[in-house]
Amino acid sequence: MNIGIPLETLPGETRVAATPKTVTQLVKLGYNVLVESGAGEAASFPDEEYAEAGAEVTLRQAVWAADIIAKINPPSDDEIEAMQPGTTLISLIAAPRSPELLEKLANKRLRVLAMDSVPRISRAQSLDVISSMANIGGYRAVIEAAHEFGSFFTGQVTAAGKVPPAKVFVSGAGVAGLAAIGTARALGAIVRATDIRAEVAEQVESMGAEFVAVQSTDQQQSTDGYAKEASEDYAAAAAKMYAEQAKDVDIIITTALIPGRPAPRLLTEEMVASMKPGSVIVDMAAAAGGNVAGSEPDTVVTTANGVKIIGYTDLPGRLPTQSSQLFATNIVNLMKLITPEKDGQATVDEDDVVQRGMLVASGGQVTWPPPKVSVSAAGAPTGAPAAQATDQAPPKAEKKPLDPRITYIVLGVCALALLALFAFSPVGLLRHFMVFMLSVVVGFYVIGNVSHSLHTPLMSVTNAISGIIIVGCLVGLSAIDQSQPLATGSNLTIAFLSVVGILLASINVFGGFTVTNRMLKMFRKG
Amino acid sequence: MRATLIDGSFIIAGLLFILALAGLSKHETSRRGNILGAIGMAIALIFIIAGTVMGTFNVVDTNFGWQSIEIVTAAAPSWAIIAIAIALAGGAAIGILKALKVEMTGMPELIALFHSFVGLAAVLVGWTSYVESAASDHFDALHSGELFVGVFIGAVTFTGSIIAYLKLSAKIKSAPLMLPGRNILNLGALVAFFVLTVLFVLNPAGAAGLGLLSVMTLLALLLGLHLVASIGGGDMPVVVSMLNSYSGWAAAAAGFTLENDLLIITGALVGSSGAYLSYIMCKAMNRSFISVIAGGFGSDGAVVGETKDYGEHRETSAAEVAEMLKNASSVVITPGYGMAVAQAQGTVADLTSRLRDKGVNVRFGIHPVAGRLPGHMNVLLAEAKVPYDIVLEMDEINDDLKDTDVVLVIGANDTVNPAATEDPSSPIAGMPVLEVWNADQVVVFKRSMATGYAGVQNPLFFKENAAMLFGDAKERVGDIIQAL
Repeated sequence: MNIGIPLETLPGETRVAATPKTVTQLVKLGYNVLVESGAGEAASFPDEEYAEAGAEVTLRQAVWAADIIAKINPPSDDEIEAMQPGTTLISLIAAPRSPELLEKLANKRLRVLAMDSVPRISRAQSLDVISSMANIGGYRAVIEAAHEFGSFFTGQVTAAGKVPPAKVFVSGAGVAGLAAIGTARALGAIVRATDIRAEVAEQVESMGAEFVAVQSTDQQQSTDGYAKEASEDYAAAAAKMYAEQAKDVDIIITTALIPGRPAPRLLTEEMVASMKPGSVIVDMAAAAGGNVAGSEPDTVVTTANGVKIIGYTDLPGRLPTQSSQLFATNIVNLMKLITPEKDGQATVDEDDVVQRGMLVASGGQVTWPPPKVSVSAAGAPTGAPAAQATDQAPPKAEKKPLDPRITYIVLGVCALALLALFAFSPVGLLRHFMVFMLSVVVGFYVIGNVSHSLHTPLMSVTNAISGIIIVGCLVGLSAIDQSQPLATGSNLTIAFLSVVGILLASINVFGGFTVTNRMLKMFRKG
Repeated sequence: MRATLIDGSFIIAGLLFILALAGLSKHETSRRGNILGAIGMAIALIFIIAGTVMGTFNVVDTNFGWQSIEIVTAAAPSWAIIAIAIALAGGAAIGILKALKVEMTGMPELIALFHSFVGLAAVLVGWTSYVESAASDHFDALHSGELFVGVFIGAVTFTGSIIAYLKLSAKIKSAPLMLPGRNILNLGALVAFFVLTVLFVLNPAGAAGLGLLSVMTLLALLLGLHLVASIGGGDMPVVVSMLNSYSGWAAAAAGFTLENDLLIITGALVGSSGAYLSYIMCKAMNRSFISVIAGGFGSDGAVVGETKDYGEHRETSAAEVAEMLKNASSVVITPGYGMAVAQAQGTVADLTSRLRDKGVNVRFGIHPVAGRLPGHMNVLLAEAKVPYDIVLEMDEINDDLKDTDVVLVIGANDTVNPAATEDPSSPIAGMPVLEVWNADQVVVFKRSMATGYAGVQNPLFFKENAAMLFGDAKERVGDIIQAL
C-alpha cells in the first residue's frame, strides 16, 4: 500500500507527518511512501533526504491519491475532495469539537484514525501525540517566556553584583506542566507548581519543583476521569493562593484545560496587575479561552503595568524539527499496530481498544465516540492533564493490623510453654541454651546490617568461621583412651574420624578466609 | 595448660567472630572484619591445639586451704600430634589453593562445597562422640539426644550441599527432581527422625544403638539429597543460604554435644546469618520459605498462566544500541545470571568505563536474587573492577529508572518482569522487581525468547520502548564497544 505525506496547507503550520528517519521505518513495514515535494522544508527535512531514505518525492496529486494519507492537521474541504473513497486518513481531528468535519469524512466514505483520540492507557502511550506535543509545548513555553523576560533565569554571583534566580510558577502538572517545570529548573530558576490533583505533588517534587497545595478543607476525589466543578470553598482558597503567588513570582505558565469546556480562569485582572513590571505569563490554554484575563491567542499582550502575556497556540510548531520527529514516530507506532504482518497491508482491528478508540469514521458512518471501555474514561482530547484525575486502580484493601492484645497473649502462651519445658529440661542444658539464644539474637542483629552487596563475602566468612567445628574434632582426639593401645577398635575409629574432620574443617577455615580476603580486595570505590 | 586459659581464648574468639560479621556491614570496614575473624580463629586454634598437645588441668581449692591440680585431659600421644599437623597442613593447602584458584563465577559452587564440609565434620564429631561413649559404655540421655540431632542436621547439610554443588557446577541437571508425593517423603523422614531419636535416647547402648544411629544417618543423608534435588536452579540463592544456615545449626548442635560454648556461639551466628539471608531472598521473590522448599515455580510441569498474545517484540542491532548509548546521559545496567553464564562481566565493565569516560552516568541495578548466590552479581562486577559505589540495590535505583535514558538488561528476566506489578494473576505477582520499563529505552540482551526460571512470559519484551538484542551477551556487548 502507498502512504502519502502531503505538505501541510494550514497557514503557519511548520510540521510534517513523516521524517526521513520514519520513512525508513515505514518502508520496513512494507509500505511505499510518497512525500509531497517540499513537505519537510519548514521542518528542515529537504526532499533529497526523503529520497535517500527510500521515499518517492512527488507532486501533490500523486500524494493525495495514496491508499493512506498521514498528515498533521484535520483536512480542509479541498483535501477531502482530493481523496478517493476508501482511503485511510491519519491526522489530528479534534473529534469532540468538529461534528461537521466528521460528517463530511464519513460521507466521503473515508476510514479515519484520529491521532488525538488515543485512549490514555499505558499500552497506547507510544501513539499518543497529545502527550508528545504537550511535552514540546511545555518546553517551548519556558523558552518563549525566557525570550520575553528581561533577566537571567539562574542566579549568579558576578563581579558586577549578585543576580537572584527567577521564580517560575507553573499551574497544572500534566505532561506540559511537568515539561515546563523541568525546562525552567534546567535553566536554573526556582520553580513552584500547583495542580488540582493533590496526588501529583510527588511528580512535581521529583522534577525539582516545590508543590504549592491549595489550602482547602474540601478535598474532592475525582474518580470518573475528569475534574469536577471545583466547589466554592475550593475556588476561594485557590484564588487566594494564586493572588499570593502572582505578587511573588516573575514567570507564570498556565496549562489548565478541561476537555469540551472553556479553559478555567485562573488569573484575574487584579492578579495580573499585582505582578512586577517585566513579568511574563505564558497562557498555554489561550486557544480555549485562556486561563489568564487579558490573554489573546497567537499574540503577546503587554498590560498597562508592563506584564507580558504570551498566548501562542502553536508552541509545538515552533520546534518544527522535534515536533515532526515525535509526531512522525507516533504515526510509525500506529502503523506497526495496524500492520501486524509487516506486509504493507493496513488492517484496523475494531476489537482492539486502542484502534477502536482512534477510529472516528469508517464505512460511511461516524464512529465517534467509541463505546465506553472499562480501562479508561479517555477518548477525548486531554491536552491539559491538569484537569484529569489519575485514579487508575481502586485502593487496595488494607491488611487489618493484628489486635495487639492477641500478640501479647500468643507471646505469653509461648513463654509459659517454654518455661514448663525448661523446668523439666536436663541439668546443664540451660546454661548452654542461654549462650545459644543470645548468639542467635546477636547474629540476627549483626547480619541485618550487612549490605546486600557484601552477601557473598558474608557467606564465605561464615564458611570460614563455621570451620571452628575443628575444635570439636580436636576435643574428640583428646578423648582417646591412652590406657588402651591405639590399635583398639574404638581408639582407631575415634582417631580416624577426628583426623578426617580436622582435614575437612581446616579446608573451610583456610579456604574461607582466603577467598573472602580475595573478594574484598576486588571491591573498590570509583 | 590451664583449662580456663582455653575457655578464655574461646571467649575472645567468639567476640572476634561477632566483630568480623559486624565489619562486613560496610565496604570500608569489611576487610578489617575478615582479618579480625581470622585472628579469632587463630587464637582459638592455637590454644586448643596447645591444650591437646600438652594436656589440660584445673587448679582447685581443697578443703585444707591448699590448692591441688586436677588433670582434665592428658597430653596427646606423639602420633596424634603428627596426625593433627598433617591434617591441618593438608586442609590448609587444599583450602588456600582452592580459594586462590576459584573463578568468581564459581563462587556459588565453592560455598556450597564448604557447607558440605561443615556438615560432614558435624557428622564425624557426632559419631566420634558416640564411639567414645560406647567404648566406656556410659550414656546419658541428654547427651544422646544432642548427639542424634547433631548428626541429623550435619548429614542433611552434607548431602544437600553436595547436590547443590553438583547442580551449581552443572555436573547434574539443575531442573527440579519431581518424585511423586515429595512433600510426604520429606515430612515422613522428619517424623521417622523423631521416632528414632526417642528410641535412641531410651536405648543408646549396644547393637541397637549403633543400628539406630546408622539408620538415622542414612535417612538424613537421603533427606538432604532429596530436599535439594527437588529444588530448581533459580531458587539456588535461597537453597545456598538455607544450607549456610543448616551448616551453622550443625556446628551449634555439635557444640551442645561437646558442651563447647564457642561452637554454640559460632554455630548460632552462622545459623542465624543463613536464616536471615534466606528470609531476604524469599522476600525478594515474594515467596514463603516453605514454598521454596516444597518445590520451584511451575513445579507441576504445567505451563503457568495462559498464553497471552503480547504482540510483536522488536529486534535491534549492536550499532543501534551504541548510537542510543552515545546520546544517553544516564544509563542503568541490570545484570542477571545470564551475565555470569556468558562470562560477560569483564566486557560489561569495559563498556561501563568507556561510557563513563564519555561523561555518561552509568549505574548498575542489582536485584536481590540476581545470580545464584546472594550478592553474586556484586562480586562479579567487583572482580571486573566496577567501582562498588555505582552498583546499587533495587530499592536504591527503582525511583531513578524513570529518569534514565537507556537500561541494558543483561541476562536477567524474571527480575525485570512488569507482570509482577501489573498482572495480579501472574505467578510472580507481588514480587518486587526492577521497574526498567519506566526508562525511555530498554535493551534486553538475551539468547532467545525463552522464558526465565519462573516459566512466565515477560511482557517487557513487547513494550514499545523495549528492544531485543539476541545472541551471546559477551559478544553483543563486545560488538557495541566496537561500534562505539
